[in-house]
Amino acid sequence: MTTTTEMAIERFRAAAAAEGLLDVAYASADSPFGTLLLAQTPRGLVRVGLPNQDREELLEELAAKLSPRVLEAPSQLDAARRELDRYFAGELREFDLPVDWALSHGFRQQVLQGIAAIPYGETRTYTEMAAGAGNPRAVRAAGSACGSNPTPLVVPCHRVLRLSGGLGGYAGGLAMKESLLELEAEHHS
Amino acid sequence: MHGLPPFQTLLDRYANDVMATLRGAVGRVDADDVFQETFLAALRAYPCLKDDRNLRGWLLTIAHRKAIDHHRARGRRPLPVAEMEAVVEARAVAPEIPTPDDGVWEKVAGLPPKQRAAVTLRFASDLPHAEIAAALGCSPAAARRSLHEGLTKLRKELS
Repeated sequence: MTTTTEMAIERFRAAAAAEGLLDVAYASADSPFGTLLLAQTPRGLVRVGLPNQDREELLEELAAKLSPRVLEAPSQLDAARRELDRYFAGELREFDLPVDWALSHGFRQQVLQGIAAIPYGETRTYTEMAAGAGNPRAVRAAGSACGSNPTPLVVPCHRVLRLSGGLGGYAGGLAMKESLLELEAEHHS
Repeated sequence: MHGLPPFQTLLDRYANDVMATLRGAVGRVDADDVFQETFLAALRAYPCLKDDRNLRGWLLTIAHRKAIDHHRARGRRPLPVAEMEAVVEARAVAPEIPTPDDGVWEKVAGLPPKQRAAVTLRFASDLPHAEIAAALGCSPAAARRSLHEGLTKLRKELS
């Protein structure tokens, strides 16, 4: 890509944003675990891709499920990137980012909204989350809702464990889940 | 659920082609503005696009329509002197990309609109005759004729 073309693209991005055409804006963000993919709609943060997840696949999924107007627009995600940086540094306990729940529905969305309310440094069980969403017997479904969480970290599904105290699962790998819990335990006073 | 790729893919893959085409069609100075109009029009229309088999051809078609609009608008209002000078000055600055064309594209810019469009679509965008015809809204035979006439004229001027 030549420099003039890059500058033209930069100008185009700004014009598209000004015209309200950025249905899905996305950007990369550094983290201690690797590169994250952040995507947002005009309503809020809609997707956080973890380092081990396929970037192209995530973007295609967003194009198919939300809108094909998917554009890289780093400046649009400055606020999200700043909050995540502070979270990883142990300085931020509660995200102040609006979340767009468009990618989850029904029971799953209820479970995820319950998870969003788990305080920093605390944990819950899949059973508790199922009960909180109105169906105490749907433990497996609650587990699968956690597993399909479109916005991990910001909706802290890493704070949900097995009844036995076991770690359960994590889309970003169990080592990442364990580190996040350690980070929070360390900065939780 | 439709299968259109994220719009960013179109920028990544075809932005350079669109820019090259527009430079041929409207010149280096105005290419940036027409590039904006082209991609904004494409982004507006994108969710309604039914056929995703030839996204490059679709973009270049929009680019050419925008280039033709640009020439029409230009034709209606005279160039202010200051802008003229800016054009001359910008052309005098060494181009940032080496253009091994010995002024060919300058000559292309001087062709009548249909011939110019046919020549740029064929050689800057590498489109086949059928797609040039689609972009110009004429028959493949007419596209072939415009291309032939344009090339004949260029040969005469360059010899």
